[in-house]
Amino acid sequence: MQIKTILWREWRFFLHRFWKITTSQLVTPILYIITFGIGLGDKLEVGGQPYLFFLMPGILSMVTMRNSYYAVSMRIMLGRLNDKSFETYIYAPMKMSSLTFGYLLAGTLRGLYAGAFIFIISFFTKRAIDITFTLVFMLVLNSLLFSAIGFIASMVVDTHYDLSRFTNMVITPMSFLCGTFYQVSGLPKIFKWIIELLPLTHTTRLIRGVSFGYGVDYFSLLIVLIYIFFLTVIAIRICYREITY
Amino acid sequence: MIKCESVYKSYGDINAVNNVSFEIKGGTFLGLLGPNGAGKTTLMRTMIGLLDPNKGNVFFNNMKMQKDNLKIKEKIGVVTQHINLDKELTINENMIFAAKLYKISNDKINIEIKRVLNLLGLYECKDRKTKKLSGGMKRKLMIAKAIIHNPDFIFLDEPTVGIDLNTRKEIWHFLRQENKKGKTIVLTTHYIEEAEQLCDLVMLMSEGEIFKEDTSKNLISEIGDFKVEYSDTEMYFYNTLNEAKIATENSDRIFSISKTSLEDVFFYYTNKKVN
Repeated sequence: MQIKTILWREWRFFLHRFWKITTSQLVTPILYIITFGIGLGDKLEVGGQPYLFFLMPGILSMVTMRNSYYAVSMRIMLGRLNDKSFETYIYAPMKMSSLTFGYLLAGTLRGLYAGAFIFIISFFTKRAIDITFTLVFMLVLNSLLFSAIGFIASMVVDTHYDLSRFTNMVITPMSFLCGTFYQVSGLPKIFKWIIELLPLTHTTRLIRGVSFGYGVDYFSLLIVLIYIFFLTVIAIRICYREITY
Repeated sequence: MIKCESVYKSYGDINAVNNVSFEIKGGTFLGLLGPNGAGKTTLMRTMIGLLDPNKGNVFFNNMKMQKDNLKIKEKIGVVTQHINLDKELTINENMIFAAKLYKISNDKINIEIKRVLNLLGLYECKDRKTKKLSGGMKRKLMIAKAIIHNPDFIFLDEPTVGIDLNTRKEIWHFLRQENKKGKTIVLTTHYIEEAEQLCDLVMLMSEGEIFKEDTSKNLISEIGDFKVEYSDTEMYFYNTLNEAKIATENSDRIFSISKTSLEDVFFYYTNKKVN
């Protein structure tokens, strides 16, 4: 019931800003596809495949990740620091776990919504991605994980600048370094180890593997599930801390 | 019944609420008065469970906030000092959101929203986006959201700040009606007149402590019902008009004699504490 309330509120917010949200989330992936995909796509090969074919799942991973992260972090940060609407939840009879799950689900749905456009765009590039249940499940995990990161980040920052710095220092580098645009296996060992620690590396690997029909990398799946579990626990604990802060 | 038992809340070295204890009966209209930084808002936020006290307990009808906070929060309505509405949503959507938060069943939501919005004169414009409302309408909407679930306790932190006198009076009238229905209301305000008009119990706060608590009438009588004022800072208080006249009959300075107000009581005590 309480989770539904949060989803309802975010749904109404989404409807009011439908065009703004939809158009703004389309710009970046289209630019990447035009620049790296269509521009270079026919001239390059990665792993014996045209670059555009290799790129599409990476873009899908990056777009779902960024949109779920932004959808949650911006809403909560503005609700906490600007219009203070977030505290409505704190003085209402709302369980902190429901509050956390509500926002994580809302972020996940926003990630999937953005991902749907990449499927559509992929049709026009003649490198269509097949929609399968396993692929959608991997996108859900990716969105859930980055919703949780967005939730935690927005709950601990004290200013807009802090969130912007976190995004610039963590999210943006991750979106470029974690195998979205290239194969991690080609990196020097030390970089590879660092990149293997980052969650997007594993979600991208899962999404790409499933898209190409290579099956599920269970090690990456385990890492992602561990990440989601711990981030969710941290998010709930931070919610409780909001009361005593 | 609301009971605060030795409540402390500090931020670093600053004691925002310092050993506050009191108990009020159900149906009381309580006013918390004090200068900026006195600790009124912190005390209120501690009472409603937005802040956890460092020490002490808050009870609502013998339920402890730290233990039964979800049950207590179902019975509380809160109007915060700042406008915390969802600006992107309409009045109606903000109300539906509040109704859902307080678990009002779907078949009753529209009836309750209509009832509350009509009481506050907002029903006709329920489809307007919140960001396009005037300050007074936003304040009314915040009150409407706070009472959608028919709470037993209503907490209002400076509810009429920054709005015109007519709207303020409409809100006063509405709060009086709610209090007459038996609801316990706790109000913090900078408008002394507001507390004088509405509250049947007033607590004066300074430096995190409640240093005086009584009815407005008793607080005034305690320092004297009549005031002789020579300047903004030089005032003398007398129990009767006759005493005030006798005290001033040989004065060659300009002065005025008037009835003492709660505002005078407030200045009397805060100046005294500061000096």
